[in-house]
Amino acid sequence: MEPILQIEHLSVYFTQYERGFRKKQLATVKDLSLEIAPGQIVAVVGASGSGKSLLAHSILGILPYNSHVEGTIRYAGQMLTAERAKELRGREIFLIPQGVTYLDPLMKVGAQIRKGRKDQEIRRRSRAALERYGLGADTEELYPFELSGGMARRVLIASAVTEKPRLIIADEPTPGLDARAAKRILSHFRELADDGAGVLFITHDLELALSVADVVTVFYAGETIEQAGTEDFACVENLRHPYTRALWHAMPEHGFKAVEGTQPYAGTVQTGCPYAAQCPICEDDCRAEGQIPLTAYKGGTVRCLHPEKGEKYDAGRT
Amino acid sequence: MKHRLQFTGKKLIRMILLLLGVSIVTFLLMCASPLDPLQTNVGQAALGTMSQEQIAKLEAYWGTDTPPLERYIGWLGDVLHGDFGTSLLYRQPVLTVIGQRLAGSFWLLLSAWVISGVLGLTMGVIAGACRGRWPDKLIKGYCLLISSTPAFWLAILLLLVFAVWLGWFPIGLSVPVGMDAAAVTAADRLRHAVLPALTLSITGVANIALHTREKMIDVLESDYVLFARARGESEASIVLRHGLRNVALPAITLQFASVSEIIGGSVLVEQVFSYPGLGQAAVTAGLGSDLPLLLGITVVTAAIVFAGNLIADLLYGVVDPKIRKGAARG
Repeated sequence: MEPILQIEHLSVYFTQYERGFRKKQLATVKDLSLEIAPGQIVAVVGASGSGKSLLAHSILGILPYNSHVEGTIRYAGQMLTAERAKELRGREIFLIPQGVTYLDPLMKVGAQIRKGRKDQEIRRRSRAALERYGLGADTEELYPFELSGGMARRVLIASAVTEKPRLIIADEPTPGLDARAAKRILSHFRELADDGAGVLFITHDLELALSVADVVTVFYAGETIEQAGTEDFACVENLRHPYTRALWHAMPEHGFKAVEGTQPYAGTVQTGCPYAAQCPICEDDCRAEGQIPLTAYKGGTVRCLHPEKGEKYDAGRT
Repeated sequence: MKHRLQFTGKKLIRMILLLLGVSIVTFLLMCASPLDPLQTNVGQAALGTMSQEQIAKLEAYWGTDTPPLERYIGWLGDVLHGDFGTSLLYRQPVLTVIGQRLAGSFWLLLSAWVISGVLGLTMGVIAGACRGRWPDKLIKGYCLLISSTPAFWLAILLLLVFAVWLGWFPIGLSVPVGMDAAAVTAADRLRHAVLPALTLSITGVANIALHTREKMIDVLESDYVLFARARGESEASIVLRHGLRNVALPAITLQFASVSEIIGGSVLVEQVFSYPGLGQAAVTAGLGSDLPLLLGITVVTAAIVFAGNLIADLLYGVVDPKIRKGAARG
């Protein structure tokens, strides 16, 4: 099936002024490639500060004015230009944000879902959308501060299904919810995918991502370092990048072993592999000039010069 | 309802304390004033030719021979009975003088207040929405220029350009000189009020516009505006539906807080335009050591300013759903 979203070599740059004078281009997302088919949930997993939200904003065309984008984004086979993104957002492409702060605090929920329209048709659709997620008609009359955390999440999802969504970008839709509530919210994304929408699920929670996604893209300091099928995570030998394996080992059921060191902020890594400082098998060529390319490897992709070496290291570890 | 009553009660107690404090400070300042009321109002030469008895009589009239504490307590006791005393210069009850002067200033103050509020809000919203582009730069530049311009200087400038050079407006006063009071038309009064009102509006706009601009920028950078944008709302809809709504609350506070600035500004501006309003009376009373009148004016204006802030607080409760619903439940 033709992918609904196809991102190739996307980089997002921010213009910064160093000490007030020197203009500097800061790459916060570097060389990102991604594909989502209709009915598929693709998770982008990365720590906070790794540039995940900017990915969402660049697809929607709502990046701040001091940024610019390189690379190509295709939507339903055609280039997603700024004009086209403007046309499609809120009609076919939907953002589902983190929480209640994304609702206008002084406007009733119903009015926000209806986006200022007042006709009967939109009233019917907004009521139906709320009902679908177990929210009564009285929810429309509430202000955001009167919603509980879980209700707010459902209102935000409902705001997408007043139309027929074809691409849903969920940016950390579950923080602050307990595991059961989070799973319930995620099951709504599965339903939307089963209805034929492509879902981009952005999260920092690998476990949650694995519970719902078909494909997992791992993000590290603004770069995608691995793309793997969810089933690859069943067994650590199937994983490709040292960081992904470190994440796997850090999961509670796999030993709970934390990785040494900290992740550099997106945009601060200039050359070579961003993981070099934390990688146990780092070689001299990993730190050399230029960016490590994303290569196909064992049915997925990986951004690593020595994936076999990593495998051997990890085999010795367990 | 109970909550609202409690709130109002607390505010009233605070207002009484405030008025008491203001009157004490005014009184102390007047006591410390180097102006000798006798010399100021009678004149050095006339004072020299007077007999001791005459001077003693005058001192009794101006009250300079009574100890300050006794004078203040006497004034306070009368005020509690509703008697603000008699103006020494105008020889009329203080409340009558204030009433006349306030009637003269009222439309001037009100129009300046409304114009600066509406204009300031509009300019602030436009500047915030166009942040960094030329409308923003223009408005910001104007506001910074105006806020660093003294009101009285601006008044003199307007007087010079529009009254002296161009001759479009009269040079001062609130009615034409030498005209029978009955013959004065509303148009005459309006023509006389234009320049002072304009001065007050021009200076009042800057503060409101700059504050509104900041708030507008905050709103436009908020999560909910990002989400509105992501849902395909147009920039115009974002500014009008979300921007105005969220700027309205601080704007109300700002607008009512600016009552004090308008009244403060009117003192200088009325002086420049010889406009017979409350501000001018305050200057006359201060320079002429007319203690009862000055105390009356400070207390009344303080009450007006306080009332402005109180209205803002109450309106806040009506406009903000969090406070409104919280109050309804409590």
